[in-house]
Amino acid sequence: MSANNDTIGKTITVTVLLCVVCSVIVSAAAVLLKPMQIANKNLDRQTNILAAAGIDYEGKDIPELFASTITKKYVDLATGKYTEVADPARYDAKKAAKNPELGIVVDKKDDIASIKYQAKVMPVYLVEQNGQLEKVILPVHGYGLWSTLYGFLALEGDLNTVVGLGFYSHAETPGLGGEVDNAKWKSQWPGKSVYPAGSMEPALGLVKGSVDNTSDKAKYQIDGLSGATLTSNGVTNLVQFWMGAKGYAPFLANLKAGGA
Amino acid sequence: MSATKDVLVTPLFKNNPIGLQILGVCSALAVTTNLNTAMVMTLAVVVVTAFSNMFVSLIRNQIPSSVRIICQMTIIASLVIVVDQILKAYAYDVSKQLSVFVGLIITNCIVMGRAEAFAMKNPPGISFMDGIGNGLGYGVVLIFVGFLRELFGAGKLFGIEVLPLVNDGGWYLANGMMLLPPSAFFIIGIFIWVVRSFDKEQVEAPEFVLAKNSNKEAV
Repeated sequence: MSANNDTIGKTITVTVLLCVVCSVIVSAAAVLLKPMQIANKNLDRQTNILAAAGIDYEGKDIPELFASTITKKYVDLATGKYTEVADPARYDAKKAAKNPELGIVVDKKDDIASIKYQAKVMPVYLVEQNGQLEKVILPVHGYGLWSTLYGFLALEGDLNTVVGLGFYSHAETPGLGGEVDNAKWKSQWPGKSVYPAGSMEPALGLVKGSVDNTSDKAKYQIDGLSGATLTSNGVTNLVQFWMGAKGYAPFLANLKAGGA
Repeated sequence: MSATKDVLVTPLFKNNPIGLQILGVCSALAVTTNLNTAMVMTLAVVVVTAFSNMFVSLIRNQIPSSVRIICQMTIIASLVIVVDQILKAYAYDVSKQLSVFVGLIITNCIVMGRAEAFAMKNPPGISFMDGIGNGLGYGVVLIFVGFLRELFGAGKLFGIEVLPLVNDGGWYLANGMMLLPPSAFFIIGIFIWVVRSFDKEQVEAPEFVLAKNSNKEAV
């Protein structure tokens, strides 16, 4: 470091050159790797949808399996009817939620899942066999203790029995709230019911401790996560919210009545 | 040649960046809940420290001393972004777990500490080796801490079950505290203790002597 490095001219030349070189490297990396990153993201999403639907994807070509089994549709939550979005390839419910035209601010008193903003239109995923609806997979999210949990809840063709629940993104405490990823805990969900007979008010939720299997409420109950009361509450709230009137209940009601 | 070996090996235990220099402790708490993330983080830090040292050293005679820290940061930040992008493209699952911590390598004191303390004064080759050495020194601690935390906190190593958990019908009741950040402090403390009881040179002279506890008199 000789003294002449400290002239204004030299300082500016060195910093400008350094910045130009670095920015070229960074942009090149970002641009070149973008397609792979998008592919990874989609793959992750599709894997999670398949997992929630209880479809065996182990060792299979996921994009192909996804394309052959699952149909993606868009639902207007307020009317509960199918709708179209302007640019399906780029529609992102997370971004739409905060857009004043595409999203709404959830009323404080209704906002049990603490999501604040909600997209008017949500994607849903359908599994159909010979024109018969087999499963419907609904994206859900809500606040736990530290983070928003994003996941999918899959229902059977009767639109009441749970096929599975899985979260693809959360930051709950590992070992406590993070046990939402525990396969053993998740295995309790299949077979449970969301709505009591004749009602569209969701009853499904987590209870403190273990579920009493002799109780007639057992089919609406899941064991709470031990040591993670707030995450457990969060999961209950998000299920109640998304299965309720502000969530997919109108859509499910339409679907049950014969079409959406 | 022995100088190269020296800069590679001494940071492992003799002059460990976490153990002796007490740098980079913050990220050591965050990414050590399991061995997988600890390994990837180690790799990322080794790459970033090595290359940032090399590049800083390459232009060390051109960097104006008034803006040298900013120049180092520019190089480090660019490298970290490149590493982050590569992880997102090639190791998506791990990058999801590491989330912000890859980005935070920028603020990892080890990287900047070595750029400022070593690379500014030494030629590129040896600076590169120094970067690898210090990255590995950081990694040694990370892997040690990650090993204990994952084993006792989740009963697993690299995600493979070692101690069957009570939750899954086994006998081992997981120690939840191991998965929370404070446990990393304890384990790093133990690491420093163990290293220093083998290598007495690292023990610092006490800065003060504890005052004698005043004798309590009967009331």
